[in-house]
Amino acid sequence: MTPNPPVNKIVEQLYQTDSRQVYATLVRLIGDFDLAEEAMHEAFAAAMLQWEDAGIPDHPTAWLISTGRFKAIDMIRRRERFDASMQQILSQRPSLTQSPLESLLTEIPDDQLRLIFTCCHPSLAIEAQLALTLREVCGLTTEQVASAFLISPATLAQRIVRAKAKIKTAGIPYEIPDIQQMPQRLDAVLHVIYLLFNEGYNTSSGEHVTAGALSDEAIRLGSLLLDLQSQTDHWSTSPDADVMGLLALMLLQTSRRRTRTDEHGDIVLLEDQDRSQWDQDMIRQGVELVEQAMATGEVGSYTIQAAIAAEHARASDVSLTNWGQIVRLYDVLLQIQNSPVIALNRAVAIAMRDGPEIGLTHLEAISGRGELAEYYLYHAARADLCRRLERYEDAHDAYERALSLTQQEPEQRYLQKRLEEISKFM
Amino acid sequence: MEFVCLGCLDETIWATFTPEQQQENMQRCFAYDDVLREEGHFNDGYALMPANMAVTVRTRAGQVTVTEGPFAETKEMLGGLLFLEAHDLNHAVALMSKHPGTEFGSFEIRPVHVEMNKLIRK
Repeated sequence: MTPNPPVNKIVEQLYQTDSRQVYATLVRLIGDFDLAEEAMHEAFAAAMLQWEDAGIPDHPTAWLISTGRFKAIDMIRRRERFDASMQQILSQRPSLTQSPLESLLTEIPDDQLRLIFTCCHPSLAIEAQLALTLREVCGLTTEQVASAFLISPATLAQRIVRAKAKIKTAGIPYEIPDIQQMPQRLDAVLHVIYLLFNEGYNTSSGEHVTAGALSDEAIRLGSLLLDLQSQTDHWSTSPDADVMGLLALMLLQTSRRRTRTDEHGDIVLLEDQDRSQWDQDMIRQGVELVEQAMATGEVGSYTIQAAIAAEHARASDVSLTNWGQIVRLYDVLLQIQNSPVIALNRAVAIAMRDGPEIGLTHLEAISGRGELAEYYLYHAARADLCRRLERYEDAHDAYERALSLTQQEPEQRYLQKRLEEISKFM
Repeated sequence: MEFVCLGCLDETIWATFTPEQQQENMQRCFAYDDVLREEGHFNDGYALMPANMAVTVRTRAGQVTVTEGPFAETKEMLGGLLFLEAHDLNHAVALMSKHPGTEFGSFEIRPVHVEMNKLIRK
């Protein structure tokens, strides 16, 4: 017989895997974020003490929720004497004392969704949504979230306090949106997840290593949402194609994380990356999800972006890239979302398919869109095409222009390097 | 919960309507107010005269100044107040998103400050 792991190890493990579920349900039962947090911690502390003698209960999660709610009732009674508002919580919340244990367990996926939709409520400022989601849904500490956003823990703590106060006073309910509001509200959640991902992805190189954890949290949130979608029925189509598309996009981009920059933190372009270093496991998962999402026929912008990323991932060598398919995908993307940045990427893909001269014609055709005049990637792309056409004077001017428009150091170093290269030909 | 909905009118949209269309849109608003009233959501409503009728009073460093118009240059002007009864914010948003006024303006939805109102009404 193998000895059972000690109780404190089991409780620690449960804390890692289940504490946010326990918390999400306690928020619903108690109706107060801070009290729920405290009650959750007390429940885990009680488990450490009591399971040693009494043994591990059959349903540890249900035990923790149930213990948490009785801890909360105790706390409310103790504080009643000092805080009159506490009296109302007990009288207004019959669920706190009355829900049977079985119903607590079946509600867990819904409670997690309630927490996600409340933290990503559009009436909260976007920074507050990001901070709340990381803190309440992912369970990151205030210090971890603050360091990821490069702000002080005090500033972040205040942001969270204000957001929680708004949830209370503005009457933001702890609920899953109904089917009419769902598409819009789900978009808001996906937007938060993608912002978190990009925050981590774009700042993960060099000095800001901690921010990389944000991308991992974003991927975890995406998978959680996909899981919850298949466990519950709040959607018109289940699971939603956009959720699969976003998760695929994040996985496919992350599969290249190691090769995006070199050992000096300098940018390595897609065409120069060592493809043997791409994470094949992530690519396989990502490609599978894209295919599932495409098969639903309800294709949104995340799915198309993921499909483009999948085309790159499929090509074991840059020369094998199916640029024709990529251009077609950009055409679809432009119809969904007529953005100048997408038009720019499409022009670059056309240049890869039909050569730099035709690419440049397309690029210059969209330059009329004022938004691009101040966008460094437009000038960098133009410079690149001119360089390939051996129009070095034009390339030089465009690299200079691009350089003046970016503040990011790795980008500046990249552009500087290119400028030095072409100066040999001038 | 009681919410105050600050109904704003976007003059750039409103100006494109013919007088008949303006009339028709007002009637649609009244009709929806009646729907809200019948379902017990409409506590009260106040319409305001246009923003060019407004004056703003300020005291700075003991000096009272009265200036013409609203406090900021804006395309949207406050047109009226609607006092709405709803369970929570999502319910309030769901009720007000069907209001025809959202097509040529907007509603800012804010919970009523219950404690402050007690002091005001004393």
